[in-house]
Amino acid sequence: MDSRDKVLDKYSSKIYKNRKEHVIEIEAGEPQVIAADTRAIPGIMTNRGCCYAGCKGVVTGPLKDVVNIVHGPIGCAYYTWGTRRNKAKGDEHTKDFTQYSFCTDMQETDIVFGGEKKLRQAIKEAMEIFNPECIMISSTCPVGLIGDDIHAVAAESERLYGIKVLAFSCEGYKGVSQSGGHHIANNGLMKYIIGTGDAEPQKYSINLLGEYNIGGDGWEVERILKRIGYHVVSVMTGDGSYADLKNAHTADLNLVQCHRSINYIAEMMKTKYGMDWIKVNFIGLESIKKSLMDIASYFGDPELLARTEAVIAEELDEIEEGMAYYKSKLDGKKAAVYVGGSRTHHYINLLKYLGVDVILAGYEFGHRDDYEGRDVIPSIKIDADSKNIESITVTKDEGNYKTFHTPEKIEALKAAGVPLEKYDGLWSDIAEGAIITDDFNHFETEEFLKLLKPDIFFSGIKDKFIVQKSGVPSRQLHSYDYSGPYAGFRGALNFAKDMTMATYTPVWNMVQAPWKSEPTLVGSLGGIE
Amino acid sequence: MLELTPKKLSDRSTLRINPIKTCQPVGAMYAALGVHQCMPHSHGSQGCCSFHRMFLTRHFKDPAIASSSSFTEGASVFGGGANLKTAIKNIFDIYDPEIIAVHTTCLSETIGDDLNGYIQDAKIPEGKLVVHTNTPSYVGSHVTGYYNMISGFIKYLSTATGEKNGKLALFPGFVNPGDMREMKRLMKLMATEFIMLPDTSGVLDAPMTGTYTMYPKGGTTIPEIRDLGNCEMTLALGELTSEFPADFLEKKCKVPYKALPLPIGVENTDAFIMALNQFSKNEVPYEIEEERGQLMDILLDSHQYTHNKTVAIFGDPDTVLGMAQITLEMGMIPKYMVTGTPGAAFERKAAALLEKFGVEGCTAKQSGDLFELHQWIITDPVDLLIGGTHGKQVARAEDIPLVRVGFPIIDRYVHSYMPIVGYKGAIRLAELILNALMDRQDRDCEDEDLEMVM
Repeated sequence: MDSRDKVLDKYSSKIYKNRKEHVIEIEAGEPQVIAADTRAIPGIMTNRGCCYAGCKGVVTGPLKDVVNIVHGPIGCAYYTWGTRRNKAKGDEHTKDFTQYSFCTDMQETDIVFGGEKKLRQAIKEAMEIFNPECIMISSTCPVGLIGDDIHAVAAESERLYGIKVLAFSCEGYKGVSQSGGHHIANNGLMKYIIGTGDAEPQKYSINLLGEYNIGGDGWEVERILKRIGYHVVSVMTGDGSYADLKNAHTADLNLVQCHRSINYIAEMMKTKYGMDWIKVNFIGLESIKKSLMDIASYFGDPELLARTEAVIAEELDEIEEGMAYYKSKLDGKKAAVYVGGSRTHHYINLLKYLGVDVILAGYEFGHRDDYEGRDVIPSIKIDADSKNIESITVTKDEGNYKTFHTPEKIEALKAAGVPLEKYDGLWSDIAEGAIITDDFNHFETEEFLKLLKPDIFFSGIKDKFIVQKSGVPSRQLHSYDYSGPYAGFRGALNFAKDMTMATYTPVWNMVQAPWKSEPTLVGSLGGIE
Repeated sequence: MLELTPKKLSDRSTLRINPIKTCQPVGAMYAALGVHQCMPHSHGSQGCCSFHRMFLTRHFKDPAIASSSSFTEGASVFGGGANLKTAIKNIFDIYDPEIIAVHTTCLSETIGDDLNGYIQDAKIPEGKLVVHTNTPSYVGSHVTGYYNMISGFIKYLSTATGEKNGKLALFPGFVNPGDMREMKRLMKLMATEFIMLPDTSGVLDAPMTGTYTMYPKGGTTIPEIRDLGNCEMTLALGELTSEFPADFLEKKCKVPYKALPLPIGVENTDAFIMALNQFSKNEVPYEIEEERGQLMDILLDSHQYTHNKTVAIFGDPDTVLGMAQITLEMGMIPKYMVTGTPGAAFERKAAALLEKFGVEGCTAKQSGDLFELHQWIITDPVDLLIGGTHGKQVARAEDIPLVRVGFPIIDRYVHSYMPIVGYKGAIRLAELILNALMDRQDRDCEDEDLEMVM
């Protein structure tokens, strides 16, 4: 029996039937199908969060000049206050509200009699105290059940205060994971914000989508892009702002880092504004190099290409020696990577560069296209849970629609390997023989740890100490264990350093007490020494 | 830092900004983790369970296990009965706990799920148990959820058999494993037989051995919870947290109770030791006397660095009151005392404390938040902040040292292993407070005023 069967075999027949589609071993040859984005099984300790976590926690929360009012009891606002490391910095033009947590703190009477009045009053107070340009309202579970019309309150407040007010019905029970919340947030930003600004278009301008500036990743990527000569119109959404997002339609090209959480906006902007998008990955040296060259190829300016090459060379030069050292320490190690809906894929090439094989991987809330590539999208069956998440359609905005290239040029770029509207998923980089588990749970973590014995486990805080107590080093790839940035050339060095530190900390040599391996009673038997 | 906070007190009745409380279910989860071989179960969306496990893991830097009913839209419309039934089967099949402790969420409470009925109908393997408590997130706070879960265990399990066991029932309050260890040590020194519920020591401060076990050695056992009904009396530590389950146990099993403040500081610990003395009729051993004497020595030696220093304390009600007590004992002035947890008793108890020490001009507030506390401090500053991690923004904005005490502390290590209760805990608090104030003096003084001896 192989490892996969050994683990699945311990399940009851009903769970076995469900999980066997989510746990697969990578084989060469035929493209493999995996079940993803389906309901978690009640009682199974899934790592997934909810729709609200995906909407407010991931996508809208990082927008710094927005007062994000959580409409519901206190908990959900509390848990998303400063916990995701989406760094932000305000300045004289941009207010930064990310240090604050705003909530209507619903009480029993609000549940019984409705919470709209309270929401209106909360918005009034937010206006009086902070006078923001934009307010976003996020619903938590009970709000949808009692039927508060947050969209009506938003529309009314918009008229009353003359600012932008958005409402997101992202109740936790919607969809099957955070993923539904990403989609709802994407819809709102697209419908009500993107395209409402009137900034003048600038040369070589881009939007950076699906970059949440965890540990300063976005800042590091922006530094490199600006060095080459790009104008970054907006970042969605790490250190992003309502002010910038309004003008996102003026950019020439969308760069998509986290495919899962934001591909909807990239798609819709293509339809509405004609803006092309390419999948990038700023994690890992080879990936960054390819992404930067792809962007330069898109614009096709020889000077830009030359500058890109020069910047790459300089940035590499800065970290080469360090990377070589850490590679010597990590070469031959085996890793398990289990994060998000895109991040797992992002780290595979960086680990490969360091000589580390990924033997166990998966996504928490990825869809089939995140594993198998976008070509599979037309064949994905829409189930009842996905139907509950609204899918909006946009139409061509005649006034703002522009194409940067002719269709012929686009085809030529695609043929040259520029990933325009293309993402090949985890399968394109994962090694043969690796075990893939979608919606990984606690039981499988423990079992696969025992069987596959990775040298390091990359996942999140809920797993970290379980894994570490099993004697396996563990680093969080959601929060980088409060380190970072990990993106960009310098980020790769940070990552290599942190991984080396986790593997070589002297504590690992002291875990066993000496009396567990050495005799503690010294005596003589029958007078013989 | 916090530059957008207006310098003048904002007029606010509704908008909660930077809370000092979270919701009931996380408290219930924490209490359930203090029962041996127990799986806490969150009956709601899986996001609740994820958030709560994160919150607890970040505070304790240790695994916090729990499962979820993983509600979808369908369950929210038709009720979560089927989800709970499936969950119960799967949890026993895969994770094999002795007991599942279900708590509700705002979702399952709003739709009115009947947990009593669901559990009665559930297939529970022979010898295994499922208990529950209602923890609507829109009532009270995490502290409410904590004592509701304790009462849930009592409701399902504790019985008075008619034969007393000679033991003391102890409800420790919303405290860390380090505090629970200290309470147990003191009870052992007083030769008092006891049952403590919950007991998270040995669970959320479990040792690293190289082998992970889902159910570590610690936790109150099921036979102990059953036997609570036979205890001679209950000592409820932390009146605003533990009196509720103590009262519940009294009503159910006729176990009389005495409620005391958390044993933080001299007098509160004295009251705890005296209660143990009255209960066990055992003399206070020299070891405890020695610790008390050491504490007196330390407080006397160092009083000039704390006398008349002003402090703002925020956090859970009993912890804030305990910290107010010890700071008053150190000659400090607890100028602001704020809890996010609702309940007028907090303000009454704070006022009584101030009166006892003859201190005036201080403010105590229940249902408060850090935004308001910050505005008070801007208007009229303090020398020291005491509370959890979330106070670090105010500390930075106003350049005031922060001594981390209470829940949650998600940006430091070791704290959950160390007690703040008992004389030992008071000695630790004295050191933390003195170091914060004296480091500040060293940092702020002129070169010529830097004291080599202090």
